[in-house]
Amino acid sequence: MLLRGVALLAACFVAGQILGETLGRLLGIQANVGGVGFAMLFLILSQNELEKRGLFHLEMGEGVTFWSKMYIPIIVAMSSVQNVRVAFSNGLLALLAGIIPVIACIALMPLLSKLAPKE
Amino acid sequence: MEYIITFLDKNGLVFAFLVTGFIMYFSEGISKTLTRGKIPGSAISIFMGLVLAYFAGLETMGKKGIADLPGFSGFELLGGPMFRDFAIVSTAMGASFAIIKKTGPIGVLSLFLGVIISFAAGAIIAYALGITDAESLTTIGAGACTFVVGPVTGTALGASSDIIAISIAAGVVKSILVTIGTPIIAPYIGLKTPQSAMIFGGLMGTTSGTAAGLAATDPKLVPYGAMTATFYTGLGCLMCPSVLYFLMRAIL
Repeated sequence: MLLRGVALLAACFVAGQILGETLGRLLGIQANVGGVGFAMLFLILSQNELEKRGLFHLEMGEGVTFWSKMYIPIIVAMSSVQNVRVAFSNGLLALLAGIIPVIACIALMPLLSKLAPKE
Repeated sequence: MEYIITFLDKNGLVFAFLVTGFIMYFSEGISKTLTRGKIPGSAISIFMGLVLAYFAGLETMGKKGIADLPGFSGFELLGGPMFRDFAIVSTAMGASFAIIKKTGPIGVLSLFLGVIISFAAGAIIAYALGITDAESLTTIGAGACTFVVGPVTGTALGASSDIIAISIAAGVVKSILVTIGTPIIAPYIGLKTPQSAMIFGGLMGTTSGTAAGLAATDPKLVPYGAMTATFYTGLGCLMCPSVLYFLMRAIL
């Protein structure tokens, strides 16, 4: 059962990434167009569908959950293999690109809350 | 010594698990002692990864961070795009369209606005600071969304590793800022209902930062904010290397 979950995840991954690669080719650019996003969409859809039919076992979920818990460690490994030496001179850019979007989005929050229907 | 390095390189992935474990353990310690838990260990460990990559780069003058050090070659696999994308896709599990529908159109609107505004702000800042090619601008705009959307977009578009590093750093800054800022700003922006938490998660994304920030505000709000933030990552990975990239190419 555990591996069925991992296999489901792998199936969504492969389908999404190939869709992204294919889209890139069709559009004539050297890029994977939204592959990871498509794969996530497939995983949500297939999980919801399987749950509806009562085919989604708890243990199957654990096969996927393991990888979602490995996500931060993998991101840590990823950040440690980047060319940071060259990027270092652009530290200010990283700082500003991290701070300003947050301020812009927070400014929108009261407006969106007002538009929201009352509970 | 020689044979030990050969052994470590041969079993690179396993050794990378070990070293990553050390980095995270160490970072948790810093989080607890130096910041009294205010900055989550995950953000510190990602930052730590960048710092290690910097010093390894100075030492080896290579481009692959600590993967250039003898014995550490396994990091290229563990930190490479395959495992990364696989793990990111898995985080979509448990997300449910039924719940997102409960916030109604406003939840969806907050998601789209959150991604587009962060992206635009990031790209504009990058352009103002002298970056001109569409791939790099898109990658940094994506990094302003989250530290995940940035590298996913960068890899998909073939951006260079130093640009990807900037996009990760921007995402980490955002995550830390959201973590620390959320409890401070919460009373001013009406962040107290499940619905407002979902809007907040949609606007901010950065799941780890939103979850940590909401936990410090009101733990009951965490699942709601984390739910829309997960969708944010998905939407960002979908839109940045596609629609937003095309838009960027059309503008330039």
